[in-house]
Amino acid sequence: MFMRSLAAVAFAAFTAVVPAQEGPELGVEATPEEVAEWEISVEPDGEGLPPGSGTAIEGEPVYTLYCFSCHGLEGQGQLNDVLVGGHGTLDGPAPLKTVGSFWPYAPIVFDYIRRTMPYQQPQSLSDDQVYALTAYLLYLNGIIGEDEAMNARTLPEVRMPNRDNFILAYLPPEDD
Amino acid sequence: MPVSIPDELEAVAGNGLLHRRLFLKGGAAVLGAGSLGLMTAAPAKELPPWMRAPGRPLSGYGSRSPYESHVQRRVLAATGADGAGGSWTPLEALEGMITPNPLHFERHHSGIPDIDPDRHRLLIHGMVDRALFFDMDALSRYPMVSRIQFIECSGNSYLAGLPRRPINDTCGVLHGLVSCSEWTGVPLSILLDEAGVDPDAGWIMAEGADAAAMNRSVPLAKAMDDALLAVYQNGERLRPEQGYPLRLFLPGYEGNMSIKWLRRIKVTAAPSMTREETSKYTDLLPDGRSLIFTYPMDVKSVITSPSPGLVLKGPGLYQISGMAWSGAGRIARVEVSADGGATWGEAALCEPVLDKAVTRFRMAWRWNGAETAILSRAVDETGAVQPTREAIIAAKGRKFAYHYNGIQAWGIDGEGQVSNVYA
Repeated sequence: MFMRSLAAVAFAAFTAVVPAQEGPELGVEATPEEVAEWEISVEPDGEGLPPGSGTAIEGEPVYTLYCFSCHGLEGQGQLNDVLVGGHGTLDGPAPLKTVGSFWPYAPIVFDYIRRTMPYQQPQSLSDDQVYALTAYLLYLNGIIGEDEAMNARTLPEVRMPNRDNFILAYLPPEDD
Repeated sequence: MPVSIPDELEAVAGNGLLHRRLFLKGGAAVLGAGSLGLMTAAPAKELPPWMRAPGRPLSGYGSRSPYESHVQRRVLAATGADGAGGSWTPLEALEGMITPNPLHFERHHSGIPDIDPDRHRLLIHGMVDRALFFDMDALSRYPMVSRIQFIECSGNSYLAGLPRRPINDTCGVLHGLVSCSEWTGVPLSILLDEAGVDPDAGWIMAEGADAAAMNRSVPLAKAMDDALLAVYQNGERLRPEQGYPLRLFLPGYEGNMSIKWLRRIKVTAAPSMTREETSKYTDLLPDGRSLIFTYPMDVKSVITSPSPGLVLKGPGLYQISGMAWSGAGRIARVEVSADGGATWGEAALCEPVLDKAVTRFRMAWRWNGAETAILSRAVDETGAVQPTREAIIAAKGRKFAYHYNGIQAWGIDGEGQVSNVYA
């Protein structure tokens, strides 16, 4: 399907090489405090998770208030994505990709809820509320218990069921 | 002096019946004079209204002809979330290689922010010697480059080939999540060099200033190679829907990675595994595993004219026109078939043929009026050949939604109607 031709390779060799350019160095150094204020990322190993904690029990009323109208009762989907279920469907004819069946990293559930949700008011929830919502979704998906507290220590330890089912299509170049 | 009768006035039937176009040109009053010879000497000229009075005044910012106002992007937004969704470029109404800015496709995850450029800054931090802010004034003093390149949503063409039965809609709806512009901006490598990248870094995380704070990881190798911080699109400042005042532009990579409204770049050792690159923008395979980090957009082409919604008005000479592009480089050639894929001929490529740009191809075709299917197949400079739909489905199944680049067949029936068919 993907043939390579010698002619094409020869043609590519004539691509112009653009020399490295220099800038006027106008960047203004950011203080650690400024960086901390801008930094909202949580990494897949949990780096960046803030203080705070929440359980599924605490998460249910938060979900009802902020998430129910788009994602339906217990994450079953309404106007927008289904968040719960689909376990064991990915290799079948009707795969259902949800937080539980598909997402590979639990800390990223926290990251995404905090940076993007609720849709009408992103970044408006407290970190405790985001931990509680994360716990609620993991609980509904049968991944953690109802009263298991999710926090910066426990969330990275949660093993998502689909974690090992991704095939890297890009490999970074080897170091020289 | 004898009066010559133009072809368009020739009789089409006996007993004085003339070609119907005569009515359109001359009008009933002229006919009332009773003689064709009088027409050319008629003193009362039938001037169109736009020649009888001055036109509109000058304007500070141009607009298109009102007669073209029907050329629109097709909008599909998520219910209950108006700003989330996409709009498709009406490819069937456009020509050449450049997409007009107001018709560039859109894909947003939480609406279009109206960003005050005086309050917008880019932060570069993480595994760097010095975390740095850049405001738009500062960026305007950096060396800029201009490149004509396409951007394509990785979900483009899904509708054209992956549903079980062919969906019949316009070429734009089926393939219009691709657009091509001249992008002008600052090479990201200059700013990364200024910040001083840690030798152990391997990735960057780019984040937008929209309400979704949309973010993606990008290999550092790509960031240092040809990544651009785009400020201008086709000569004017970026449109808000294309990331005003600043967007990342990653030539050839799936569009979602070219973060709009760019506010933050974090240099990291490993990919951040963001929601967008794990739960979305991965390709589910038949065995339940998924391809992740499927970055380059593969070689693709589509005939934009004729295409569904356009009708061939009888047998005769037509020009097949289409577009081809590849995330791997230049288009080497495009082949066209007018007999359902049985035989192929090489189309003319319209210059310039540029790296990772849309290339226009054209081919003359005399339609005999019979039912057929027309197809195009692109080959890029690496030798990659646009595959058939069957080959893609055999290799990847039908459960994925991204990176579909199968050969598009347009069926043409005896009435000249064009439709999406699986050849």
